[in-house]
Amino acid sequence: MDADFQSCLETRLVQLGVGRDEKTGAISFPIYPSATYRHPGVGESTGFDYTRSGNPTRQLLEEALAVLEGGARGLAFSSGMAALTTLFLHFSAGDHLIVSEDLYGGTYRVLAQVFGKLGLATSYVDTTQVAAVAAAITPRTKALLVETPGNPLLGVADLEALGRLCRERQLLFVVDNTFLTPVLQRPLELGADVVIHSATKYLGGHNDLCSGALVTRDPELGERLYFLQNSTGAILPPQDSWLLVRSLKTLSLRMERHCANALQVASWLQGHPQVTAVYYPGLENHPGYALSRRQAKGFGGMLSFRVRSPELACALLKRLRLISFAESLGGVESLMTLPAVQTHGDIPEPERLRLGICGSLLRLSVGIEAVEDIIADLQQALA
Amino acid sequence: MGEIAPMRRLQAGAHQGRPYGGHYMTDKNLRSATLLVHQGRDRDPYTGAAAIPIYNASTYHHPEGQAGEYDYCRSGNPSRDQVEEAIALLEGGVRGFAYPTGMAAIGSALALLKSGDHLIAPEDLYGGSWRYLNTVLPQQGIDTTFVDTTDPAAVEAAIRPATRGIFLETPSNPLFKITDVRRVAEIARRRGVLTFLDNTFMTPLLQKPLALGIDVVIHSATKFLGGHSDLMAGLTTVADAELGKRLKHFQNAFGAVLSPFDSFLLARGIKTLKVRLEAAQNNAAILAEHLLAHPAVGRVLYPGLPDFPGRQLHHAQASGPGAVLSFELKENEQVGRLLRKVKLPIIAPSLGGVETILTHCWSMSHAAIPVESKRRLGIRDTLLRVSAGIEDVEDLWEDFAQALA
Repeated sequence: MDADFQSCLETRLVQLGVGRDEKTGAISFPIYPSATYRHPGVGESTGFDYTRSGNPTRQLLEEALAVLEGGARGLAFSSGMAALTTLFLHFSAGDHLIVSEDLYGGTYRVLAQVFGKLGLATSYVDTTQVAAVAAAITPRTKALLVETPGNPLLGVADLEALGRLCRERQLLFVVDNTFLTPVLQRPLELGADVVIHSATKYLGGHNDLCSGALVTRDPELGERLYFLQNSTGAILPPQDSWLLVRSLKTLSLRMERHCANALQVASWLQGHPQVTAVYYPGLENHPGYALSRRQAKGFGGMLSFRVRSPELACALLKRLRLISFAESLGGVESLMTLPAVQTHGDIPEPERLRLGICGSLLRLSVGIEAVEDIIADLQQALA
Repeated sequence: MGEIAPMRRLQAGAHQGRPYGGHYMTDKNLRSATLLVHQGRDRDPYTGAAAIPIYNASTYHHPEGQAGEYDYCRSGNPSRDQVEEAIALLEGGVRGFAYPTGMAAIGSALALLKSGDHLIAPEDLYGGSWRYLNTVLPQQGIDTTFVDTTDPAAVEAAIRPATRGIFLETPSNPLFKITDVRRVAEIARRRGVLTFLDNTFMTPLLQKPLALGIDVVIHSATKFLGGHSDLMAGLTTVADAELGKRLKHFQNAFGAVLSPFDSFLLARGIKTLKVRLEAAQNNAAILAEHLLAHPAVGRVLYPGLPDFPGRQLHHAQASGPGAVLSFELKENEQVGRLLRKVKLPIIAPSLGGVETILTHCWSMSHAAIPVESKRRLGIRDTLLRVSAGIEDVEDLWEDFAQALA
C-alpha cells in the first residue's frame, strides 16, 4: 500500500498485501507453502530460511497485526492457546501472574494444570476493580493478564488505570483483545504492553480457521517472543495465514454489523419475561457502560443472559433452529454456548458458581444475519 | 498384539439423534442477510462443523458396488453443492451450478443452444462475452445478432424463426444501459425464446432476474460474490427443473466444474456479500457525485445519479444502483496521467473486490472488441470504469482528486 494512505483503518485492512508482490502485481498476496528456501550462497540468505522461522505469507499477516494494534511486532500462532502458551513461556518458575477471574476456561486450565506445575503461580482477581488488582501484587508478580470485556460475564476493566498501575509497579500488562478487536479497542494505546488474540474468533470471523496472535508495543519484547515462537514452533501455517489476511479485509464491516445486531438482541432479551439478566456493555444499565464508551469505539458482538432455570436453558438450546449450539464465537454465524458445561467446564464448580457461571447462564455470539431472524429464533426457542 | 480397532466412520446426525444440517434454510422465508450467512447448509451433517469441509476426494467408495449420493467429484461434490445450493437459494432458482470461471458459466449456459440456432445479444457487453459470441459460437453454427436491447421493439424485430436465445446484461458493461427485463422476458416467452441474463454487476442482493421472467441467470462469481479478488468462479441458476437437468448434464459432460477449495472460498465470500456490497455501493455513490462535480470529468454513468437516463427503469427492477460506475475524462491526455498518479485503486480488469479497481475499458476489459466497434458503441478511450471497494471513501476520493488535479 502507498504510504500516503495510512490514515483510516478500513483502508489499511482492505489493502493488506496489495502491491506487495511486485513481480506479478497480484492483488491477493500468494500463499507460500514452501517449508524451506534456497540459499544464494554460503552465509547468505534471502531473508527467509525455514518456514518456522519466517514465511512471506505469515510475515504479511504478522506485520498487519502489528499495524492494526499499533504495535512494534506481531506474531501469528496456530491457535489462541498457542499464542498464550508462548507468552507464558516468557516467565520463569517462581514468578507470579495476576489474571482476570472472568476469563476463558482454557486459559484457566493451562495455568492451573500446566504452568502451575512448572512453578508459575497465578492469582485470579476481579480486574474490573483496580484496587483488587493492586492488593494482589506481590514482590514476585511479573504480569497482569486482563480480558475485557470479560468472558462470559462481560465485565469491563479500566485499561488506562490498570496500565498506570502496571507501569508504577513494573508489571507486564497483557490484554486479551479477542472480544473487541483493534477495530473497536486498541489496548496498546491505553497502556498495555502486549495484546493477545484468539484470531479464531472475530479476526478470522468465519468459524473456519484456528489461530492466535501476539502484538507487542516494544520491539525488544517482540524479539524475545519471536525467539520463543521460533524455538517452540507453534506457528500459523501459510494457508491459514493467507485465510486470516483475507478475513481481515472485512473485519471493520463485520464488527459494525456484529455490534448493531448485538445491541438489538440485548435490548430485546431485556424485555423478555423468561430472561432474568442480560450482560452486554452496550446496555446503559451495564456497570461498564460508561467506561466502555470511553475506552472502546463499540461494545462488540458478545452478550450473555440468564434464563429462569437451567432446565429452560437446556430446552432453549434444543429448540434453536438458526443459531448453532456450539463453542467458539466471533463468526458471521450466530453461536450459543452454555459456559458452565462448555467453555468454562474446567473451572472448579464452587469457583464457577461464585463467579455466577451457573446452568442458567447462556452466552451468545451474535452473528451478522438479519437481526429479525436472530430474534425470531430466540423468541421461538424461549417460548 | 492387540486387535486393530475398526475405523471410525462418521454418520449423519449419529451424535445427538438429530441431523445437524437439516433443511431449515429452505423451510422459511429468511431475509437476505441470514440466507447469505447460512446458505443452504450451515453445518456439516457428520460432525456439526460450522464450516462445510473441503472434500478433495476425486472419487467415492461404492459400498457393495452401489453408488451413494456422491460417486465422482466432477458429477457431485459436497463442497461444490454448498455454493450451488446457495446461488439457487439466493436467486430463487431450483438448482444452481458452479464453474471454474464466469466465461465457463456463460459457455455452459449457452450450450442450451444447438447448431443452426440464432442468438440475440446487446451491443455493449463484457468484452469476453463479445469474443465468445463472435468467435466461438459461429464455429458451432450459432449466429448472433447484436441489437440495442434497451429498445424492446428492436429485440422483437430481430427475432427470426431460428432464434432460440436472448442474452442480456443490465446494467450493461461499461456503458450502464438499462434493459427492461420484464418486457424482454415477456416478448421472449411469447415467442418461445430462452432468456439469459448476466447478473454479475448486481448480484441477487440487488436484482433477481428469475422473478422478472428470465430463464437462466449467469454470474461471474469472481466479482462481488467471491469479493476478494482471489478466486475465479462462475455460477448459473434456473427456475425450471427441466432446464436445470439439461445444465446438469452439460456441466457433468463438459467437466468445467469449480474445484472444492474454490467452492469453499466462494461460499465463504458469499457470507459477507451484504455488508461488502452495501459499503461498496455507498462508496460508489459518493465517488459518482464527486466525479460529476469535477472539472476534468465529462460524463459519469451510474444508475444512482439523479439524472441518469435509465434510473427509473433500473430502480423498477433492482433494489440498488450497485458499486460500479464509469466516467469519461474530457481530455485524452488526462487518462495516462490519472493512471500514473492514482495510488490506491488497483489498475486492472475485473471488479467486485473489496479493493477499489480502476479499469481502462478501451485497453483492458473490452480489448477483445475491435476499435471500430468500440467507437460505434460509444466506448471511448477516455472512458474509465470504477469498481468501488470498501476502503474509507475519503481516502479514495483524496486519491482520485490528487490524480485528477
